[in-house]
Amino acid sequence: MRRRLLLLAPLGAAALAGAGFLAMLRRMRTGRFDPRGVPTMLLGKPVPIFALPGFALPGFASAGFASVDLAGADLAGGRPILLNFFASWCAPCVAENPRLMALHEAGIPLWGIAYKDRPDATAAFLGRHGNPFTRIGRDDAGLTAIDFGVTGVPETFLIDASGVVRWHLSGPLTQEAADEAASMLRQYA
Amino acid sequence: MSPELGHFALALAVAFAFAQAILPLWGAWRRDARLMQAAPAIAIGQLVALGTAYAALVWAAVTDDFSVLNVAENSHTLKPLIYKISGSWGNHEGSILLWCLILAMCGGAVAVFGRALPASLRARVIGVLGLSACGFELFALLESNPFARLWPAPVDGRDMNPLLQDPGLAFHPPLLYVGYVGFAIPFAFAIAALLEGRVDAAWGRWVRPWTLAAWCCLTGGIALGSWWSYYELGWGGFWFWDPVENASLLPWLTGTALLHSAIVVEKREALKVWTILLAIGTFSLSLSGTFLVRSGILNSVHSFASDPSRGVFILGLLALVIGGSLLLFALRASLLSSSGLFAPVSREGALVLNNILLCSIAAVVMTGTIYPLFADLLFGAKISVGPPFFNATVLPLAVPVFIAMSLGPALSWKRADLGAAVLRLWWVAVAAVAAGLFALIGMQALPALAFGAAVWIILGAIGEVVERIRLFRVPVAASAARFAGLPRGSFGTTLAHAGMGVTIAGIAGMSLAQESITLTKPGEGVPLAGYVFTLVDLHDAPGPNYASRVADLRVTRDGAPVALLSPSRRTFPVQKMTTTEAAIHTTGFSDLYAVLGDERDGAAVLRLHYNPLAPWIWFGALIMAAGGGISLADRRLRVGAPMRARASAAAKA
Amino acid sequence: MTRRAVVAALALLLALATPAWAIGDPAERLPDPALEARAAELGGQLRCLVCQNESIEDSGADLARDLRHIVRAHIAAGETDSQIIAWMTARYGDFVRLRPPFNPTTALLWASPFVALLIGGGAAYASRRRAVAPPPPLDAAEQSRLRELLNP
Repeated sequence: MRRRLLLLAPLGAAALAGAGFLAMLRRMRTGRFDPRGVPTMLLGKPVPIFALPGFALPGFASAGFASVDLAGADLAGGRPILLNFFASWCAPCVAENPRLMALHEAGIPLWGIAYKDRPDATAAFLGRHGNPFTRIGRDDAGLTAIDFGVTGVPETFLIDASGVVRWHLSGPLTQEAADEAASMLRQYA
Repeated sequence: MSPELGHFALALAVAFAFAQAILPLWGAWRRDARLMQAAPAIAIGQLVALGTAYAALVWAAVTDDFSVLNVAENSHTLKPLIYKISGSWGNHEGSILLWCLILAMCGGAVAVFGRALPASLRARVIGVLGLSACGFELFALLESNPFARLWPAPVDGRDMNPLLQDPGLAFHPPLLYVGYVGFAIPFAFAIAALLEGRVDAAWGRWVRPWTLAAWCCLTGGIALGSWWSYYELGWGGFWFWDPVENASLLPWLTGTALLHSAIVVEKREALKVWTILLAIGTFSLSLSGTFLVRSGILNSVHSFASDPSRGVFILGLLALVIGGSLLLFALRASLLSSSGLFAPVSREGALVLNNILLCSIAAVVMTGTIYPLFADLLFGAKISVGPPFFNATVLPLAVPVFIAMSLGPALSWKRADLGAAVLRLWWVAVAAVAAGLFALIGMQALPALAFGAAVWIILGAIGEVVERIRLFRVPVAASAARFAGLPRGSFGTTLAHAGMGVTIAGIAGMSLAQESITLTKPGEGVPLAGYVFTLVDLHDAPGPNYASRVADLRVTRDGAPVALLSPSRRTFPVQKMTTTEAAIHTTGFSDLYAVLGDERDGAAVLRLHYNPLAPWIWFGALIMAAGGGISLADRRLRVGAPMRARASAAAKA
Repeated sequence: MTRRAVVAALALLLALATPAWAIGDPAERLPDPALEARAAELGGQLRCLVCQNESIEDSGADLARDLRHIVRAHIAAGETDSQIIAWMTARYGDFVRLRPPFNPTTALLWASPFVALLIGGGAAYASRRRAVAPPPPLDAAEQSRLRELLNP
């Protein structure tokens, strides 16, 4: 009997591994399993300390644009905001732009950080696709992005009224993610 | 030759595969001699059909038939002919077809060379091969059809990834696949033995040459892949513990264990159940290696490319083949009784130790490869497992293997005297310790240990021959006669073990590599490891489907010219990609290795390496494979040879 | 079908392509060879987050270059290896470490060599014990059959 069990052990091990792989495949299809995704370490933690030069564009003053420098302390400004890392050279950023615009038009405060981008390229990008941001910081060296644990643009963080990160998305904002972000925002308002 | 002919031949091959699976197995079960005898013909038929299908694919690639999707996506009119041919297996669909072709070749090989096998065993082996062929050919036909058409046909193809346009990589996949798929034969023998309920010494003798052939090809394939990454990827690394590399290492480790445990089955009728399990396990790992990588699970560690529907098909196929054979194992393995008893200290004992250690290494490599996936699935923990982990865990397990490699052959079967064996190898041990201590003077502990191990293994292998021919103990002429009379199999063992030692020495040497990265203007010299690399000139050079930028370097040592190196950067316009072509000058004992980087202000970034003993890594692998080949030539191991000898003896009488 | 193949080709390209760009730049290196060796050793244990199983030392990716630079800046500032690793894990978690730390979720991973050896040794011991167990004595029927065979 013990020998029988021993002979069954390889089958059992293979079956367990197979079940695991099947679960991975299924979750990959629904997007719940992404072996490549890098987690954020900031959830539930205050945003890192940073100070970035602001981004100014004369043509955008009418769109509520302020060329104020962006600092970590500004994020704990008593209301929750969405912080989006983007770049003009990033194709998924173009893809998610309409959803950011929709959030902006719904009155949700969106701040942007231009990651390793030239100011004129950023301006051209926003001019072409529309500017959803009320404030923009310029992370030319990409070091603030590293402090946020950003591995690639676009990435979006939801920061609550006290400056604590509550939600995070790596990759372009899908419609579901945008809805989730909006509802989270209401929750922390 | 049209792609439709290839498509039809593939469908025909599936039909043959079903016939090959059903008729012989049914015949063996019903003891129907006619059905059993049909097996070889069906296997040959399947091989011819698949050969036609593959030829059609190669033809489409060679004639630039861009109406075939696969060709349009992977070829280009300007691509050199050799890469048009190798491009046929340089993509998913084509490589699956090649995989199936090699499986059909295995069936054909058993049909042709297995004439001396008992009829029922041969029928079952061919039947099991046909059964696995059914699944994979269906996969090729239904899920990854290489003959899919594209309309309208583009004017030109997209070209192949430039990194793959390389002679080393052109032949790496076929060799590797022959190795992977070759293990289907020991697997089929194992399943046939479970069906028959019998494993004996003859079974062990029949299985060994097939295992050995597959092992040789796998060794060569892995070495070729590692060599390619050494010279093509451009920073002198040769093994990265990447999931895809690990996938090829796993069946090599268990295949090596199988090679050794089959000896025990043949000589001593022991370890039968274990050998059967190893044969199943090795082929299962080959399958998982080739297919899991394509399912989007392991591959997704690398990239976003995933196709869950293909993945589910693959997983189902693996579940059928692996699960089915392990179920059969669980049900039938208890019928196999081992008779040979042996003491822990004996040749068998050493081989058991070798098996435990090799399989432990395989288990660790497998755990490390899939652990991040399961940690994510089960605990939601995101972790990485990389080279530092594998180096830290595999090395301690490898050291006892190295020790046993020289000690094991010195032990006698059944019961051995460890002290006597150690005494016999005393001069080897002294030399190894001396080499290790000597190496310790100039370097760190780990390379010194590896050098000691290399000397121990190489001299131990030579010592085995010295011992067998009783050199210096009997007159030289008698020794020479003994030498000539040695079976080729024991030469093979000696060579294979010595080759491992050479590879270890090469790896140890590589850990002493020196490198220099400089921004150099033409006319300037860079000193490295006693050599001076002088940048003579930077110029452009045209290529067939690329343009290249070449740096000419003159290497001198103490003013005397040593070599001219011309590393280059190639830009491929169709794929919009740049590759670096390293220039390597080898002396046999070291490599001088140069890579050309970016240029600014008339100066070029040069990355120069001095890699001591680097060529030994692949030279050792070549010796290992050659050792296996020599063993294959041993007539004791030739399939059915004993039976033929007996038959001719009977005829004479 | 086409799109799938393109994605696969692209993935293969990405998987293979990145290393070729990692030529390095002399300006990146620390002037002190001992510190540079330490930086290279440490960088070899940190994962390039946007590539595959590559360390930041081996990768040509932009982010990897930034992280290489950061490692060297911290080393030049006199920080210890563990301080730098802590800096990295604070931002990217254990994912950044190619040598995973020992903790409850990785215990099984680090235990795998011992577990494998134990299972292998245990199985060998068990089968040996079974093999050397003497066969049961012959019963009456067998004894009579044996007598029959020996004295025909």
